[in-house]
Amino acid sequence: MSHTALILMELGAIFVSLALLGRLAGKIGISPIPLYLVGGLFFGHGGVIDFTGLENFTRITSEIGVVLLLLLLGLEYSAKELVNGLRQSWFAGLLDLVLNFSPGAVMAWALGWGPIAALVMGGVTYISSSGIIAKVLTDLGRLGNRETPVILSLLVFEDLAMAVYLPVLTTVLAGFSFATGAQTVGISLLVVTLVLVIALKYGRAVSTIVDSDDQEVFLLTVLGAALLVAGVASTLQVSAAVGAFLLGIAISGSTATNATRILEPLRDLFAAMFFAVFGLNTDPSTIPPVLGWAVVLALVTTVTKIAVGWWAAKNQGIGVPGRARAGTSLVARGEFSIVIAGLAVASGAVEPELAAMATAYVLLMGIFGPVLTRLAEPALRLLQRKSAVPAGGRAR
Amino acid sequence: MNVDETPLPGIGVRKEITTASGRRIGIVTQRDGQTELIVSRQDDPDAAMASIPLTVDEAATLGNLLGAPRLVAQLTDEHRDLPGVNTRQFLIETDSRFDGLTLGDTEMRTKTGVSLVAIIRAGKVLPSPTPDFGLTGGDLLVAVGTSKGLDAAANIIQQG
Repeated sequence: MSHTALILMELGAIFVSLALLGRLAGKIGISPIPLYLVGGLFFGHGGVIDFTGLENFTRITSEIGVVLLLLLLGLEYSAKELVNGLRQSWFAGLLDLVLNFSPGAVMAWALGWGPIAALVMGGVTYISSSGIIAKVLTDLGRLGNRETPVILSLLVFEDLAMAVYLPVLTTVLAGFSFATGAQTVGISLLVVTLVLVIALKYGRAVSTIVDSDDQEVFLLTVLGAALLVAGVASTLQVSAAVGAFLLGIAISGSTATNATRILEPLRDLFAAMFFAVFGLNTDPSTIPPVLGWAVVLALVTTVTKIAVGWWAAKNQGIGVPGRARAGTSLVARGEFSIVIAGLAVASGAVEPELAAMATAYVLLMGIFGPVLTRLAEPALRLLQRKSAVPAGGRAR
Repeated sequence: MNVDETPLPGIGVRKEITTASGRRIGIVTQRDGQTELIVSRQDDPDAAMASIPLTVDEAATLGNLLGAPRLVAQLTDEHRDLPGVNTRQFLIETDSRFDGLTLGDTEMRTKTGVSLVAIIRAGKVLPSPTPDFGLTGGDLLVAVGTSKGLDAAANIIQQG
């Protein structure tokens, strides 16, 4: 069998398997991301089947996957929504950052993985999955709920925080000194502000430049622009993903809606590949030793996320059931935790155990987060009934 | 009436009113244009009891149904000094014979003496329609006439 034929068959097998996993996820009503990770684990180094010869292809596809994930995230928001979200939820956002970054960072530190791994694991536990959460809110018919805007503006804050965090992470991973790191923070804050201002004032102009009535031309323009911007951003040490995110923000209105529609299938393809590749590069035998710690981390960060959502909802005058819904909705972690861990693992600057830890953690949070928020209301009702019964019993 | 507009970043926008009975009712418009009707729950006012996806046609028809009584009330009020003159509304259903025909085809005036003074479509009032006005399903006809005439008109529309 020729080399090309072998590679085509390997790729085909991977895509078909991912499709089966996606179908399974749809059947049991969970996000496919955790299952893609499992799929990757299954195929990769130390897995059941060891694929070879795909490294170059998978490296590029997963890079593009990250760029598309962030581009579409940027397209979802208009600059106005971001600025409003920041204004409304900055305090809850900061609380979220402190409470949910610390557990990951502390655990990495305690395990002796060093400061870089602490920075990475903090990011992994901090960022909720806006993809999973938006889907769960829509599926559970919670778009009309009063706590929903609270949840969404927290997600907006997190996504903006990513735009500052990722460049810092990229510099640190590349082994630059603290001074260079601080400089990058300055540059990225400047760039983010600049892009927001441009998007607010001249968003229409940016949209007009990339817009086209011809679907094919439009697709090529948006994709090309995203990769170019990502490349330039990467050269400037601002992180390719953030470049794509900012381009997404700058494109607005109907152009953004069209771009989302046309790029969604591509994003799904490349992102699925990215998750699978992350699993592929993780040796399954490294997971059991860190599994216990991953469970501890999952429990702690479930509590901290619920606390943030609870507090933010209470602050907006929302009742107890709404606070429980808000808190539990935020628990799901997914795509961006893997993006962060993926960047770290690719740079080789962290322990390989970190990949195993991140995989186990996202598996837990991606699956149990949505389940938890589904159960929040019935559980609360049960609790209230239980607390009512003993009171009556004591009286007798 | 105060309409609360809440942006839902990344999803769309929610517009709602709070009724005198304390319930929130409104719509969520998603970015892809999909509209959902939302009604808040009685026991938990923060939550939505129902969130019902509506097609463009369904939303327009619902708008007609809600908007028409107000117009009819107004007309009735104006006719109060004319004894024997009433106002009533008729819905053209989507499977009606008149869906696609013109107003003239109903021969309403000839057969019943009733005047059609307005048509409500997609929440808009179209006053004084001409006989060549094309009807479609979901239209609400506002008719003015005697009780007897209006009963006859109702029969024509229902048989349609």
